[in-house]
Amino acid sequence: MSIVEFRKVTKRFGQVTILDQVDLSIEPGEKVVLIGPSGSGKSTLLRCINALEEINGGDLVVDGISVKSSGRMVRMIRQEAGMVFQQFNLFPQMTALENVAFGPRRVRHEPRQEARKQALEMLAKVGLADRAHHYPSELSGGQQQRVAIARALAVKPKLMLFDEPTSALDPELRHEVLRVMQALAEEGMTMIVVTHEMAFARKVGTRLIFMEGGKIAVDGEPRELLANPQNPRLKEFLQHVA
Amino acid sequence: MDFDWSVIWQALPELLKGARLTVLIALAGLAGGLVIGAAAGLARAYGNAVLNAIAFIYVELIRGTPIIVQVMFIYFALPILANVRINPLAAAIMAIIINAGAYIAEIVRGSFLSVHRGLREAGLALGLPFWKVLFYIIGPLAFRRMIPALGNQFIVSLKDTSLFIVIGVGELTRQGQEIMAANFRAVEIWSAVAMFYLIMTGALTLILRLTEKRMRIL
Repeated sequence: MSIVEFRKVTKRFGQVTILDQVDLSIEPGEKVVLIGPSGSGKSTLLRCINALEEINGGDLVVDGISVKSSGRMVRMIRQEAGMVFQQFNLFPQMTALENVAFGPRRVRHEPRQEARKQALEMLAKVGLADRAHHYPSELSGGQQQRVAIARALAVKPKLMLFDEPTSALDPELRHEVLRVMQALAEEGMTMIVVTHEMAFARKVGTRLIFMEGGKIAVDGEPRELLANPQNPRLKEFLQHVA
Repeated sequence: MDFDWSVIWQALPELLKGARLTVLIALAGLAGGLVIGAAAGLARAYGNAVLNAIAFIYVELIRGTPIIVQVMFIYFALPILANVRINPLAAAIMAIIINAGAYIAEIVRGSFLSVHRGLREAGLALGLPFWKVLFYIIGPLAFRRMIPALGNQFIVSLKDTSLFIVIGVGELTRQGQEIMAANFRAVEIWSAVAMFYLIMTGALTLILRLTEKRMRIL
């Protein structure tokens, strides 16, 4: 069964159609890389999956639950679909450890000690065990984003959504985030990544989706598509980002 | 003229009694005002159309009328309208509650809305219900940003209690007025009354500064 299934999903902001009757199925274990020009709807598509954006038409089923169901069910979707944001969005009043322990403690209702233990494990996994007691303002952008990944993972999701996770980072800090993401992919996590990192798409992605004007224009194997793009718009786009 | 310290010395017990009442009215009024203000502010920021409208009307009604009219209304008009007896102290506390509540509502609304929306999304994306996002994530950040404005409001409300002289509450200003009427020592008495207010507002400022120091604004 697909873990994410878009059925003729339409999303509008006022008069503007951002997603135009999108059909898309994603299977467990896939690493989907979403690319496209700005305004093509790729971020919106991602944000519809965990219902941060409400869809206006069609249906979207995540892990067997429709995003149009009750608030309680939508929260179940969000627990299964971890999200990493472009701007990290760490909670500034909490240390790295508290940020990561927050999900287990307040969402999964683990006892305090257990939540802390899990958080430390997650921080170790992203290589930041030694930064546990630092506040976000005391961490570099790359470290903050790794804490944000740990925070999302700590809720034990089945699926991870990445919304341009490296776009706000200096070039030399990107690789540390991409390395963590690659390790996660190698563990078999289902991932949907909006990014401009073509090297990552080639190396880690199992599927590349090129969006344009609210529609999926190209959907296929990343290495093939990047080496030999048939779609003229994709070809043009790749010339601009590469 | 001679500044006669003994006048102040003699008036001290009465003035202290008044000051105690002033503190009581201000504390009870502000405690209530914080509750009403938080509720109205959150209703304005996040409530549905109905809650938002109710809170909006409340805030406009109170901000648009002088506090002295409000307390007169509570003390003189409300008993006629609702057929209840209200003692001056209760009327005074009620006036501070509804008056401070309206201003605090705007402080609460502004500071909650000033918190970056990405944090709200991050909280929701973890699978938390919205009220928990407000309680655990947005609230603590918003509270830090409220402190300077709340401090202002606390001081204004504390001094507003002096207006309750008009309904005969024996607070500090009223006590000063009564002593002065008996001994005609305006300079000494009003200087002493002013000092009492300065000590009270000074203490408030100190508490707020300490709170602010302990909680960095993020």
